[in-house]
Amino acid sequence: MTLLDTRRSSETLASVSSGNALELRGVTKMFGALAAIEDITLSVRPGERRAVLGSNGAGKTTLFNCITGDFLPTSGTIRLFGEDVSNFPAYERIRRGLRRTYQISLLFGGLTVSDNVYLACRGVSRGRFSLLRPRRGDPLLTRTAELIEAVHMTASGDTLVSELSYGQQRQLEIALALAGAPRFILFDEPAAGLSPTERAELVAILTGLPSHIGFIIIEHDMDVALRVAESVTMMHNGRIFKEGTPEEIENDPEVQELYLGDGHG
Amino acid sequence: MALVERSTPYQSSWAERIPTAWWIAGLVALIMPAFVNDFILFQVFGWTFVLGMIALSLMFLAGYGGMVSLIQMSVAALGGYMVAIFGTSGVAAISMDLPWWLYIPIAVIVAAAFGTLVGALAVRTEGIYTIMITLAIASAFFYFTRQNYGIFNGYSGFNLVVPPHLFGVDWRQPMPFYYLTLGCAVLSYLAVVYVSRSPFGLALQGVRDNPRRMAALGFNVTAHRIAAYTFASVIAAFGGILLVWQNAQISPGTAGIPAVIDILVIAVVGGVRRPIGPFIGALIYTVLRTFSPDILTGFGLSGERFKLLIGLGFLAVVFFSPDGVLGLWERWRARKGRGRDPLTGEAK
Ligand SMILES: Nc1ncnc2c1ncn2[C@@H]1O[C@H](COP(=O)(O)OP(=O)(O)OP(=O)(O)O)[C@@H](O)[C@H]1O
Ligand SMILES: [Mg+2]
Repeated sequence: MTLLDTRRSSETLASVSSGNALELRGVTKMFGALAAIEDITLSVRPGERRAVLGSNGAGKTTLFNCITGDFLPTSGTIRLFGEDVSNFPAYERIRRGLRRTYQISLLFGGLTVSDNVYLACRGVSRGRFSLLRPRRGDPLLTRTAELIEAVHMTASGDTLVSELSYGQQRQLEIALALAGAPRFILFDEPAAGLSPTERAELVAILTGLPSHIGFIIIEHDMDVALRVAESVTMMHNGRIFKEGTPEEIENDPEVQELYLGDGHG
Repeated sequence: MALVERSTPYQSSWAERIPTAWWIAGLVALIMPAFVNDFILFQVFGWTFVLGMIALSLMFLAGYGGMVSLIQMSVAALGGYMVAIFGTSGVAAISMDLPWWLYIPIAVIVAAAFGTLVGALAVRTEGIYTIMITLAIASAFFYFTRQNYGIFNGYSGFNLVVPPHLFGVDWRQPMPFYYLTLGCAVLSYLAVVYVSRSPFGLALQGVRDNPRRMAALGFNVTAHRIAAYTFASVIAAFGGILLVWQNAQISPGTAGIPAVIDILVIAVVGGVRRPIGPFIGALIYTVLRTFSPDILTGFGLSGERFKLLIGLGFLAVVFFSPDGVLGLWERWRARKGRGRDPLTGEAK
């Protein structure tokens, strides 16, 4: 079983292999007078795995919201695989291979696990408006089952999402982000609230992703963040504070004072 | 409502999955003409099925899409008008006398296009604003048809609009009309049930529950909402075609504000959570409208007051059971079930 539809993604990847997967230039988001993020300039190579750290309210989730188009930035440009997507609605960005998970699970509680994953697969394929029910053996149903297996939820396929445990809902969030042919994924604190076993599973899923898939992970747990990421961006008060390798960040005295010192580590 | 089912469906045939109560209801509906008179067939059941279909189109939008549209009666009426204009009526100066296989598709397409257009305007609004914008367009439609004589023949509208004599049957006779409307109602009910579990229907329910997440999964939320209006308008259009045949005439009052509100009342009284609700609401409405004037005059009250009864009923339903009569019934069943099997809630 392949975790992901690698054929399609490597094809599309080849056509844009020059340049960055993600490139932000001077991105600012104002909420009234508050700048949730300010003048963020950031680039991530294809296949790169980046951790974003920062204390509560640093603007990490807001950064994700701007990248996915959940809301438009006040100013600045966002390029996805070389294409300027600054004014694209969220669904157009998703169809170009961007995916995300939400810090607070945003799932369809009234639908089953299978239906949730099926919707995710359908959203990035043709036939979103199809009036015909899928038949047995439909490739999308097969993909749905594979994804559910990939996050170890096969036994819960027919369960209503509202009846899932917290940990299972977090896992389902991941499954939704892996649907279709993702090229770049934003994980917003996927490990928050998980048990040690669930954390280990999560790390296994993240490190097991095909190497052409890059991601940014927001994570307070340094153990998880530093195990899956090859580079780190520190945010503070809506701005980028430091960038570097995990070692550089970990050993940086300013970072230690600001972040690791105040009880988050 | 799982689209992706695993455990049961492939082993059991579809027929086995239909509850017994539905088989009985179907059988009763089929042999109904043997028991009741023409008046009941035509005036009670004919109206129930026709109004039920129009209310069903509202149920689809409200129940699956979370959009309360008051334009459905106008869409239906436009379908009816198109039948009168492109088909045959007593107003020979306007009607074009096209054959039925032309004017029916034209009517459905024009009405669906209108419904889609209104949908495109309405889907950017939420809740009460959707209700207001669709109500505003519905009243504009009413005044437009009343003032426009070139196309809609103004105040008097069109008379003598009857169904085609297909297969040598006069479809406006009570029994044929009963079966015609029954057939259309069943088909539109099945269409809604089927579509609600299709990828489109599932996505629509996703849009209703969590539009932001749907966008983050690659769905164009606005397009899905507009498409829901198109689908609902096709059902409303067929309802409107049957409506004009039932009345044998159509005029601005067909889609006046009282009629627009009646559709809302029917859908809410029946319940908008399931597609059978609008038909239950339509039956209650039609029975009240047909018989309460007699009962009221029996008590020495004006027969006109049946609207008061319906209004009180509406109030009671909204007050005691926001999900309609169907919701009341389901809750009663659930309470009864508690005494039976505490684990599964099933009756033994
Ligand atoms: N929709 C919004 N409206 C108004 N203010 C907002 C909104 N979203 C975020 N903010 C504000 O922007 C700032 C950054 O919030 P954000 O959620 O991005 O932080 P975060 O780094 O993700 O924090 P956490 O670690 O708690 O998740 C906060 O001060 C927050 O109150
Ligand atoms: Mg956050």
